[in-house]
Amino acid sequence: MNYHWDWGIFFKSTGVGSEIYLNWFVSGLGWTIAVALAGWIIALALGSVLGVMRTLPGKLLPTIATTYVELFRNVPLLVQLFIWYFLVPDLLPTPLEMWFKQGISPATSAYLSVVVCLGLFTAARVCEQVRTGIQALPRGQNNAALAMGFSTAQTYRFVLLPQAFRIIIPPLTSEFLNIFKNSSVASLIGLMELLAQTKQTAEFSANIFEAFTLATLIYFVLNMSLMGFMAWVEKRVRIPGMMGGSK
Amino acid sequence: MKLCTRLISAATLAALASTPAFAAELTGTLKKIKDSGVIVLGNRDASIPFSYYDNNQKPIGYSVDLANKVVDAVKKELKMPNLQVKYNLVTSQTRIPLVQNGTVDLECGSTTNNVERQKQVAFSVGIFEIGTRLLTGKTSGVKDFADLKGKNVVTTAGTTSERLLKAMNADKQMGMNIISAKDHGESFLMLESGRAVAFMMDDALLYGEMAKAKSPANWVVTGKPQSFEIYGCMLRKDDAAFKKVVDDAIKATYKSGEVNKIYAKWFTSPVPPKGLNLNFPMSDVVKELIAKPTDKAAE
Repeated sequence: MNYHWDWGIFFKSTGVGSEIYLNWFVSGLGWTIAVALAGWIIALALGSVLGVMRTLPGKLLPTIATTYVELFRNVPLLVQLFIWYFLVPDLLPTPLEMWFKQGISPATSAYLSVVVCLGLFTAARVCEQVRTGIQALPRGQNNAALAMGFSTAQTYRFVLLPQAFRIIIPPLTSEFLNIFKNSSVASLIGLMELLAQTKQTAEFSANIFEAFTLATLIYFVLNMSLMGFMAWVEKRVRIPGMMGGSK
Repeated sequence: MKLCTRLISAATLAALASTPAFAAELTGTLKKIKDSGVIVLGNRDASIPFSYYDNNQKPIGYSVDLANKVVDAVKKELKMPNLQVKYNLVTSQTRIPLVQNGTVDLECGSTTNNVERQKQVAFSVGIFEIGTRLLTGKTSGVKDFADLKGKNVVTTAGTTSERLLKAMNADKQMGMNIISAKDHGESFLMLESGRAVAFMMDDALLYGEMAKAKSPANWVVTGKPQSFEIYGCMLRKDDAAFKKVVDDAIKATYKSGEVNKIYAKWFTSPVPPKGLNLNFPMSDVVKELIAKPTDKAAE
């Protein structure tokens, strides 16, 4: 295959202002991180609430949480994104719709859509992990707490959740990495995150393989660092004597 | 790499010189086609009216018609009346690698011939020439690019229009918000839903989008073209024999005037699948290109 390799391409001018292609990757990485972190905050908060709801006694709250999970887990992410970006704004009251479409910059409206979309989508997955974390605990923990006179809220706050969250750190790490990778869907609604900048570089320079190689490396290094960070967190919060956590 | 290719071509030349002249050795794409009995054409799915699908998922369009002229010429050249034609769908991101790695032999769609791409692939003589202009609502008040200051403008990601628009925004400090949509359909959706006041793109494609709109009469193509671009068919580099067949076939349709019929069929008559008429009369730059075919990028 007679491909014209040029690894120096990243330092060449893009022809837009005084930027070089590397600037585009840096700004793309910034957007990727901004999308993923904001989405993760929503996912973790909402997912934890839903996960607890699924394990509560009674009918109503578990049903609501289960319905949420089924809905958000069974619709493709891309479809959800298009719903949030194209459909939902049209259902808003007119002043709000106009604000969303024209009052704020297109990058901001795309950013809001994708953060909400990723946050709600990932919340469904976090919910399942929180639920399994709680259910993995011996039943005696719950019973003992209640027998000691803890209210349900106290049982969750002081007995169940502190243990459950520690158990699920490894699968949560995987969701945390997923949200960074899934943030690439934002490129399809015009948010210039890492993948969008990669495609743009590939198109402008015609050096497709160099662009995608650099993007691969960036995603890889980013995710390896996140894994390292989560491993550190896991070690930091470990309780000696619990779940193989002896020093 | 270069040296290697040169050695091979030198060896081929030597071999050619030593064999009787009537059995000219085939090389490159022509040899591949002869050996496999198949020519693979790259097609697009939604570049109306250049290369897109009809209701039966068959590739059709102006560029496809020209590509078929090339296929006829290849059949004649190789004396293979039963040459099989295979289509391979490409996107703007996959088209260059697929031509380079031999999956696709010839890509005739709406691919701009520019110097960056010439590093990777070769182009046939131009098959069309567009100007980059604006599509906007008739009542939007936008007449030209200067009216876009501080407004939301949409263009399709990865196109020359995107580059021009971004450069214009930076150079003239116009304060535009530029939206890069993923394809032309989505760009038009951004325009139609009020997210952007104008859509910058190749004029021929703008006419295509306008024809598809719910009420085409509400829209207008306006503004002084910011650049002219020549579309060409892509083929592998350093394959002079195949390029000659391709170029000659296209030039022949220009010379015979057959291109005018093909043009009229796609740009001034109703086209499938919905029977829309683009009403895009042949521009001076296209006439010029047909009179003087070139495989250079537009100035």
